[in-house]
Amino acid sequence: MKKRNGKIIFSEYTPGSGLKKAFELSRQDILFELKTSQLRGRGGAGFPIATKWMLTAAAKSDEKYLICNADEGEPGTFKDRVLLNEYPELVFEGMVTGGYVIGAKTGILYLRGEYSYLLSQLNDFLEGMRKQNLLGKNILGKGFDFDIHIFLGQGAYVCGEETALIESLEGHRGEARNRPPFPVTTGLFGKPTVVNNVETLATVPHILLKGGEWYARFGTEKSKGTKLVSISGDCENPGVYEVEWGITIRELLELAGAKNLKAVQVGGASGICIDESQFGRKLAYEDLATGGSIIIFNKERNMLDALENFMEFFVEESCGQCTPCRIGNVKLLEAVRQMKDGGIPESGMKKYFDLAETMKLASKCGLGQSSPNPFVSIVKNFREEIFHKTV
Amino acid sequence: MEFEDKNRAPVSQKLHTVARPENPDEIGGLITVQINEKKLSVPMGTTILEACKQAGIHIPTLCHHEDLCIAGVCRVCVVEVEGMKTLQASCAFPITSPVKIKTTSPKVRLARKTVLDLLISEHYGECYSCVRNNNCELQTLAKEYGVDGYPYGHVTEPKYEVDDSTPAIVRDMNKCVNCLRCVRTCIDLQEVGVLGALYRGDKTKIGTFMDSPLNEVVCIYCGQCIDRCPTGALHANDPRDEIWNAIDDPTKHVIIQTAPSPRAAIGEEFGLPAGTSLTGEMNTALRKIGFDRVFDTNFAADLTIMEEGTELLYRLYKKLALGDDSVMLPQFTSCCPGWVKYVEHFYPELENNLSSAKSPQQMFGAVLKTFYAQLAGIDPKDIVTVAVMPCSAKKFECNRPEMNDSGFKDIDYGLTTRELAQMIKEAGIYLPEMPKSEFDDPFGDASGAGLIFGATGGVMEAALRTVLEMVTNEKIENIFENANITPVRGFEGIRYAEIPITKVGKPPELIAKLIPDFEWLKGVTLKVAVAHGTANAKKIVENIKAGGKFSECHFIEIMACPGGCLGGGGQPIPTNEEIRKKRAEAIYAEEQTLNVRKCHENPKIIKIYSEFLTEGPLSEKSHKLLHTHYVNRGKVMLN
Ligand SMILES: Cc1cc2nc3c(=O)[nH]c(=O)nc-3n(C[C@H](O)[C@H](O)[C@H](O)COP(=O)(O)O)c2cc1C
Ligand code: SF4
Repeated sequence: MKKRNGKIIFSEYTPGSGLKKAFELSRQDILFELKTSQLRGRGGAGFPIATKWMLTAAAKSDEKYLICNADEGEPGTFKDRVLLNEYPELVFEGMVTGGYVIGAKTGILYLRGEYSYLLSQLNDFLEGMRKQNLLGKNILGKGFDFDIHIFLGQGAYVCGEETALIESLEGHRGEARNRPPFPVTTGLFGKPTVVNNVETLATVPHILLKGGEWYARFGTEKSKGTKLVSISGDCENPGVYEVEWGITIRELLELAGAKNLKAVQVGGASGICIDESQFGRKLAYEDLATGGSIIIFNKERNMLDALENFMEFFVEESCGQCTPCRIGNVKLLEAVRQMKDGGIPESGMKKYFDLAETMKLASKCGLGQSSPNPFVSIVKNFREEIFHKTV
Repeated sequence: MEFEDKNRAPVSQKLHTVARPENPDEIGGLITVQINEKKLSVPMGTTILEACKQAGIHIPTLCHHEDLCIAGVCRVCVVEVEGMKTLQASCAFPITSPVKIKTTSPKVRLARKTVLDLLISEHYGECYSCVRNNNCELQTLAKEYGVDGYPYGHVTEPKYEVDDSTPAIVRDMNKCVNCLRCVRTCIDLQEVGVLGALYRGDKTKIGTFMDSPLNEVVCIYCGQCIDRCPTGALHANDPRDEIWNAIDDPTKHVIIQTAPSPRAAIGEEFGLPAGTSLTGEMNTALRKIGFDRVFDTNFAADLTIMEEGTELLYRLYKKLALGDDSVMLPQFTSCCPGWVKYVEHFYPELENNLSSAKSPQQMFGAVLKTFYAQLAGIDPKDIVTVAVMPCSAKKFECNRPEMNDSGFKDIDYGLTTRELAQMIKEAGIYLPEMPKSEFDDPFGDASGAGLIFGATGGVMEAALRTVLEMVTNEKIENIFENANITPVRGFEGIRYAEIPITKVGKPPELIAKLIPDFEWLKGVTLKVAVAHGTANAKKIVENIKAGGKFSECHFIEIMACPGGCLGGGGQPIPTNEEIRKKRAEAIYAEEQTLNVRKCHENPKIIKIYSEFLTEGPLSEKSHKLLHTHYVNRGKVMLN
């Protein structure tokens, strides 16, 4: 018995049922259900899964790959770990389904290096699936071959970025590629490749079983279904929750049992930090989008300390290939340290906002494009505290 | 030509490259692009940068280089593409559907300027004390975008030690902008794979395996990285001070020899268009600077062909006529020190395929400190030999410990074209305005065959002119029109030619002692190949090892640098395909004007074999002075 419950992902599920259902459907049917469900990628970018799979299915190639991105490196995110630990059947069946739809024979689970303790149990699980003919040759007698290999990451945050992940799989430095061309046409070893987040894939079996239309009834206008959030920081009940899109930050904080609050960082280190006045905002692609990390700060916290910590993270984790991110993050960190000493007046901030804007606009990958988020949001939302020392 | 692509070096950024459809016309043909106000049509897969070029719109670049695969890392060339949230690197963005592009919007201007400010904040050093002053792409960009301060600070202390461990290349990472051009040159263009990015984040740094100094890794010193470095982070190890000192020392007799490629390129250092030969002007300038003698390396190139050509014939004789299977064929040329070092590191098992003949530079040195010293009545210890070369590896070559068979260092200093231009400027000379003058005797004559050594295929052509005449007793002009052996010319990476020997004559007296007759060559088809750039060399060598077509070749010319010496690591910067072509045109055009176009017809060659090397090529004396041996270096260097 699973101890968690939720409306979709954490609901009752019989292992193997989603996959059996998948094989009763044609590839087009599956794509249709996914399209109807309006499921979007849960890794952060929110790209519609149906489109991604369709593009890869349409790409002509004798070899294709499906990669499950379990690098889960965003600070404050640990929901993929829960899925892999407690619901591996959902993840792997989602992968096989994806392979079936796009025409891949090889699936790869790119597992965060720090999750190596899950490796043997996951491999055992895969072995079990092979025994039940849910994986391997001629799956369920449907004439489809597909196997899954697990690859351990080596601790670089940027390797969660899909093209850096692919470079790393190929044995190169973990550095983001130029896009276009996108992985859907030119991915691993130059072949069409789907990269999906663990949670995205784990949602697929439920959608197939209950239908895309059912799934689309949950959530908001532009954000359908549910989201797993990893709540951490100053609260009574940290952990992973399945919530419906559209939930407000305030409701989330109640779930978590958080009091005496100052700030919430939504979306991990690369997300944005909001103050109390914005706790009424919603989790949704149209408002506060998130890969699932919610970090709570109470009134005891110094926001510049938090910001310094985030920026140190990016200085260290930038792959270092492009100028705005490699040097920009260093400059933002230096600025934070100067602010801590009261060294920069509010009027001196323009060049740093210009820098942040440049990083967002001109960095090569999502890391540099989003690393100024905490800087800008904390400096703007907590300007009283930072520049006028009211606390 | 098809080869299995066995990459020794990591492929690195190749897959980052823009994917180009094989047949753009079939899948939609031309695509409409709007750049600012201008509309144009481009073939599918054209990059935004290329499209802008076509539209006559200037886009600044830094990490982009025509010779290299795409990196898209500096972010200087960003533009705004309608419908996209972020700016796009124009060098890396292939156009596959109609797009609207803005190249100078406020966002673009902000990003470009800020990126430059960031690069400059980390760039240590002052322009006036830099080898690349006035020829630095970072400096140019700073000027173009009106950089007028250091909003994000400026490093005041060097972070890294300068690596001057080799006589060839100096690496000063304090000036590096992480454009990865050297890395892409080393890994993708040359496929040597010595340089790569190390560490990550703000610690990212270009370096070697284990961050070792360059003399402890498998660098072949081709210097192609120097040619493509946008800043002063890479430059050649400069011996100008020592040379000036020698010139100023009245007890020293300072001789300079000039290779064929520098004269076809040095004009670029004085603002002339590529492809302007300044041979005569350079001779005058060198005398003005104070060199006691100005000799033509082409004389030594002729000598090389005599030795190397004879060696080829002798190898063929031993193998084909005497059935001696210990003889290694194909014979590889050995005048490129980068190529020689490449073989020593990567294919030491093929060392015996390398001709034992020294390069022209070194042969000349040995002759100068023996024959010339005798003739001129000068003690060789007072002779200082300088070689102007298009090359950084030549600096290493002249310092190889075995290169002192006369008892003295064959060549004391290797000077690049760039460094010579610097000396000429220091002497207050504007080279293009110098009157012309000839080379000095007793080596004043050189053949055109020696001159074309500068271009890829030139050594092969020179050798064939001599070898074929020796073998057939026919004028080469009767075999190839105007003596131009066009099948081995050009810029294709690998060229292959077959020459059937239908008629043989009597061996010339000079080599008759070694090879009594040529009857055994009758009916043989001579197979030769030419490659430039070590990536192409690697393809040939791998093919030979696999017993492919090239294993049946008799003679193969290889130059480590793309284009041959005229594209060498000591040549004026920038270099690209167009510039290399212009330099080649200049060399071939000058060749047409020369009277003597075959090495063996050079009167000074005839003289040296009648007065000094009286036993002929490959004699004991030749072997002692003009030939050398190689070192098995291997890939692992544990110093
Ligand atoms: C710096 C960086 C780190 C990322 N890390 C992860 C990660 O750990 N897990 C993940 O699923 N996606 C991560 N992503 C997003 C991926 O690039 C990619 O968008 C995602 O895996 C696609 O899957 P989805 O469509 O299912 O969301 C990261 C992106 C960036 C820029
Ligand atoms: S944005 Fe940062 S992580 Fe991404 S490519 Fe640039 S340097 Fe690397």
